[in-house]
Amino acid sequence: MLVFVIRRSIQAVFVLFIMSVLVFIGVYAIGNPVDILINPLADQQERDRAIAALGLDKPMWAQYATFLSGAMHGDLGKSFVHSTSALGLILERMPATLELALAAMLIAITLGIPLGLWAGLRPNSVSGRSIMAGSILGFSLPTFWVGLMLIMVFSVMLGWLPSNGRGPTTQLFGIPVSFLSLEGWRHLIMPATNLALFKLALLIRLTRGGTREALTQDYVKFARAKGLTNSRVIGVHVLRNILIPIVTIIGLEFGSVIAFAIVTETVFAWPGMGKLLIDSINLLDRPIIVAYLLVTVTMFIVVNLVVDIAYSALDPRVRLTEAKG
Amino acid sequence: MAREDSPFKRLLSDFAANPTAVFGLILLGIIVVAALAAPLISPQNPYDLAQLDVVSGRLPPGSTSDTGATFWLGTDDQGRDMLSAIFYGLRISLAVGITSTVVALAIGLALGLTAAYLGGRTETVIMRIADIQLSFPAILIALILLAVLGQGILKIVVALVTVQWAYYARTVRSAALVEKRKEYVEAARCLALSPLRIVFRHILPNCLPPLIVVATVQVAAAIALEATLSFLGLGLPITEPSLGLLIANGYQYLLSGKYWISFFPGVALLLTIVSINLVADQLRDVLNPRFQQ
Repeated sequence: MLVFVIRRSIQAVFVLFIMSVLVFIGVYAIGNPVDILINPLADQQERDRAIAALGLDKPMWAQYATFLSGAMHGDLGKSFVHSTSALGLILERMPATLELALAAMLIAITLGIPLGLWAGLRPNSVSGRSIMAGSILGFSLPTFWVGLMLIMVFSVMLGWLPSNGRGPTTQLFGIPVSFLSLEGWRHLIMPATNLALFKLALLIRLTRGGTREALTQDYVKFARAKGLTNSRVIGVHVLRNILIPIVTIIGLEFGSVIAFAIVTETVFAWPGMGKLLIDSINLLDRPIIVAYLLVTVTMFIVVNLVVDIAYSALDPRVRLTEAKG
Repeated sequence: MAREDSPFKRLLSDFAANPTAVFGLILLGIIVVAALAAPLISPQNPYDLAQLDVVSGRLPPGSTSDTGATFWLGTDDQGRDMLSAIFYGLRISLAVGITSTVVALAIGLALGLTAAYLGGRTETVIMRIADIQLSFPAILIALILLAVLGQGILKIVVALVTVQWAYYARTVRSAALVEKRKEYVEAARCLALSPLRIVFRHILPNCLPPLIVVATVQVAAAIALEATLSFLGLGLPITEPSLGLLIANGYQYLLSGKYWISFFPGVALLLTIVSINLVADQLRDVLNPRFQQ
C-alpha cells in the first residue's frame, strides 16, 4: 500500500510539473508576456522598467525558474483590475464555487443512486424505461440553456426564486456560506440543480448498469438461495458491490463539476471562481487566468490522487496489479 | 433474418429494429437538410441588413410584419426572423462540429495506430499525453485555449480538435492492439507486406466499428461544447452566429419575459444533440459483436 501511495504521489508531482510548464508556455511564450504581465495603460518608460524588473530579458529557463519559485510562494502576480493578489482573489471566491459544487453533487447522489437502482431492478418496466429516457435527455441538454429555462420558469413566470446572485451569507468557521439561511437556499437551489443534471444522468446510468450486472452474479443468486429478504440482498449485497466504482466516479467527477460551474456561475451570476475567470478573460486580466488555472489544476491532481488511493484501499485487486506493473 | 445479406444490409436491418433510433435518424436527416437548404427555405436572409427592420424587433411568435410576412418563431432585437436565424445557425453549428470531429479523428487515428503498431517508448509517450489530457474536463481545456488564442471560427475548431483527439487515439489503440495479435496480421507479415499497408489495409478497417460510435457521440459533444463556449462569449464572433450565440443574444431579454429569442434556438440545439445521441446509442449496440447472436 505504501509503495502504491508513494508511486502515485510521485506521478502527481510530475503531472503538476508538466502542467506548470504548459501554463508557463501558454502565458509567457505564446502570448506576448509584456502584454500579459504589464498593465496596457503603462507608458513606454514604465514598460521598460517593468520588463527589466520581471526579468524578461533573461533566458527562457531562468524565467521559468523565477515563475516557478514565485508560484511556490503563492505569488502569481497582481490583478490589473482589482490591484490585489490574483491568488488571493481566487481563494476568496473559492468557497462560493465549492458550496455550489458540493450542493450539486449532493443532489446528483441522493437522486441518482436510488433512481439508477430502481431502473436496474426493473429494466423493462415503464418507470425504468422513463428513468433511462430522462437520463439520455439529461446528457443531451446543454447546461447553460437549461439554466436559462429554469430562470424563465421559476424566476420570470412563477416568481418563486431569485434569478441571480448568492444572497446573504453566514460565517461558518470564518468561511462565508449560504446554506444556513432560507434566503441562501432560495439562491442556491436553482444553480445547484442546473449543475447537478449532467452528473445525475451519469450516476443513473452507472448505477443501473452496475445493478443489472450484479443481479446475474453468483453471490446474488447464493444470497437469494439462502433465503435472505429482497431488501437485504439489494441493500447489502448488490449495493455494496456496485458502490466501489460509483464512489470512484463521484470523486473523479467532482473536478469536472468545478469546471462546469464556470457555465452555471455565468448564467446565474453566482460569485464564484468560474464567474471571476470569465470576467477576467473578457477584461484580459491575465494574472487571474493563470492563478485560476494553477489552483484548479492542483485541485484536480489532488482529487485524482485521493480517489486513486481510496480506490485501491476499497478494492485490493487494483493495488496488486499496480504493484506488479 | 437472412444472414447471407451483405454486411451493410444486415447493419441497416439491425439498426431499424429500434424505432427510437429510427426516429432519431429521421430527425437528424431533417435537421441536416434544413441546415443545407437554409438559403432556400428561410423566409428571409437573416444577415442581409436590407431585409431587417428594427421596428419589428422582439415580436412574439406568430406576429406579422408590416409587409405581411409571418414570424412563426418571433424576432430578435434587430427584427430578425428567428426561424431563419435558426436555420443559418444550424449550418454553422453543424459545420463546426463535423469539421472538428473529422480533423480530430484523423489526428487521433494516426497517433493511436502509430502507438499500437510501434509500441515501446512512442506508445508510452503518446498514451501518457492522452491520459493526462483526458483527466481534465474538455470545457476547461477549450476555455483556456481560447483565452490564449482569441476568438474566431478557426480557433474554435483548433480548440475542439485539441480536446477530442485523445478519445480517438485511445479507442483506436486499444482496438488495434487486439487486432495486431490476430492471425490475419501475422499472415500479412509473412507475405512481406509493407507496415503501412498492413496498418491501413488490414488493421484499420477492423478497428472502425468502435471509432464510428465514438465519432458520432463526439459530433454531438463538439456541437454542445461550441454552443457553450459561444454562449460564454469565447467561441464564435458575432458575425457568424451559431445556435449558442443566438441563445446568448436572447439572455438579456429573458428577464423581461421575451423567452422566444433564447428558447427556440435552444430547442433546435437540443433536438440536434438528442437525435445524434439516439443514433449513436443504437450504433453502439449494432456494431458491438458481443450483442450479435
